[in-house]
Amino acid sequence: MFKWLHPYAKSENLYRLSGKFLFWFGWLGFIGATVGTIWGLAFTPADYQQGDSFRIIYLHVPTAMMSMSGYLGMAIAAFIGTVWQQRHADMTVIAIAPVGAVYTFLALFTGAVWGKPTWGTYWVWDARLTSELILLFLYLGVIALYYAYEDRRSGARAAAILAMVGVINVPIIHYSVVWWNSLHQGATVTVFEKPKMDTSMLWPLLINIVAFGLLLGAFTLMRLRNDLLMKEGHRPWVKQVLEGKS
Amino acid sequence: MSPWLETMRRETLLVMRKKSDVLNPLVFYLLVISLFPLGVGPAPETLARIAPGVIWVAILLSVMLSLERLFRDDYRDGSLEQMLLSPHAGAGLVLAKIASHWLMICVPMLVLSPLAALLMGVSLKALVAMMLSLLVATPALSMIGAVGAALTVGVGRSGVLLSLLILPLFIPVLIFATAAIDAAAMSLPYLGQLALLAAFSVAAITLAPFAVIAALKIGVQ
Repeated sequence: MFKWLHPYAKSENLYRLSGKFLFWFGWLGFIGATVGTIWGLAFTPADYQQGDSFRIIYLHVPTAMMSMSGYLGMAIAAFIGTVWQQRHADMTVIAIAPVGAVYTFLALFTGAVWGKPTWGTYWVWDARLTSELILLFLYLGVIALYYAYEDRRSGARAAAILAMVGVINVPIIHYSVVWWNSLHQGATVTVFEKPKMDTSMLWPLLINIVAFGLLLGAFTLMRLRNDLLMKEGHRPWVKQVLEGKS
Repeated sequence: MSPWLETMRRETLLVMRKKSDVLNPLVFYLLVISLFPLGVGPAPETLARIAPGVIWVAILLSVMLSLERLFRDDYRDGSLEQMLLSPHAGAGLVLAKIASHWLMICVPMLVLSPLAALLMGVSLKALVAMMLSLLVATPALSMIGAVGAALTVGVGRSGVLLSLLILPLFIPVLIFATAAIDAAAMSLPYLGQLALLAAFSVAAITLAPFAVIAALKIGVQ
């Protein structure tokens, strides 16, 4: 059933394939994020209650959503790496981790900036904010564990196990606004219900969510490709690539 | 004797021969608690309000400190490798090891906790809730902590790294425990939070041993 996947266990093929994906992810993500952000920041009507300060939603929601999705993706890669002993999957875990950590930091930062005019405070110790902070620490833990091992292969496998253990935090963040009565508002955009915002404000947000997801993928692929080149530096295909043949 | 019991007997014997492994976390626990009245001032009403949280945090920290020894000595003298190679290797053996850690590190702290709470003037209702939450949730702490200890077993000087790995995973437990204690202090029902803590423990006991074994196998390579 998965036989078509097997050739990509070879680093060379994976490098080529990820190059193709990188092209599309990178450009679509870049264009999407540019369009979505400019549309959101400049051309949407101001909110009747929050005025212009609501516009940071176009950065806050995409980064927050993708910080969680990134972790989920990392945990899935970790699962594949641990169960099927795919070492490229372990490498993917390490490739995602710093990107996800930056997204998480951006989500926390934009949230704090948004919180000041809306709630009157940069930070409250409420369930969702705290668990997003934990997510940041989980990402940092994965990165730190990887670099703690002298043998990179063992480090990647250990980091993968940690990523899987930490995945329990993702549903906690996701449902924290439902379970706890918190200062943070509930979800504005859900898949199954009618969105609670006007379509003129919604479109740039949706574009940005997709674009930030694509960018997450693109940055991950860039890191993965770099890692592949570093690890296989002694192999002939790397020489070919670096001499500019592909 | 079953390998399960044999492991627990061995662990107990090792601790009896090197009592500092158990006593140091206990002393640390009492020290952390006694720092707080000095740090925030000895006003009884302040202390009574923060005491359950302080005790919880002190337990988290001392459990974390005690975890380093869980696999370290066995790793150094090679018996960990033998354990993983033995025909009885598996979740049961690891579970026995962690269970003895819980019995020898967490239970003494549990015994001392009411005393510490009374010294800080905690109300009886909050005290009962605190003890129940500790009783239900400390197995989860030992289990989650063991995963972290196993992941860092092959890494030299793992103290700070261990805290970076484990403390984020302890936070959900802490949140629910303090929620239970707060509810109890306000005379609200808190069985829901306790049930969630128990669920954490059950899930940790079921799943953590497998993660521990996978991590140890990386460590002893």
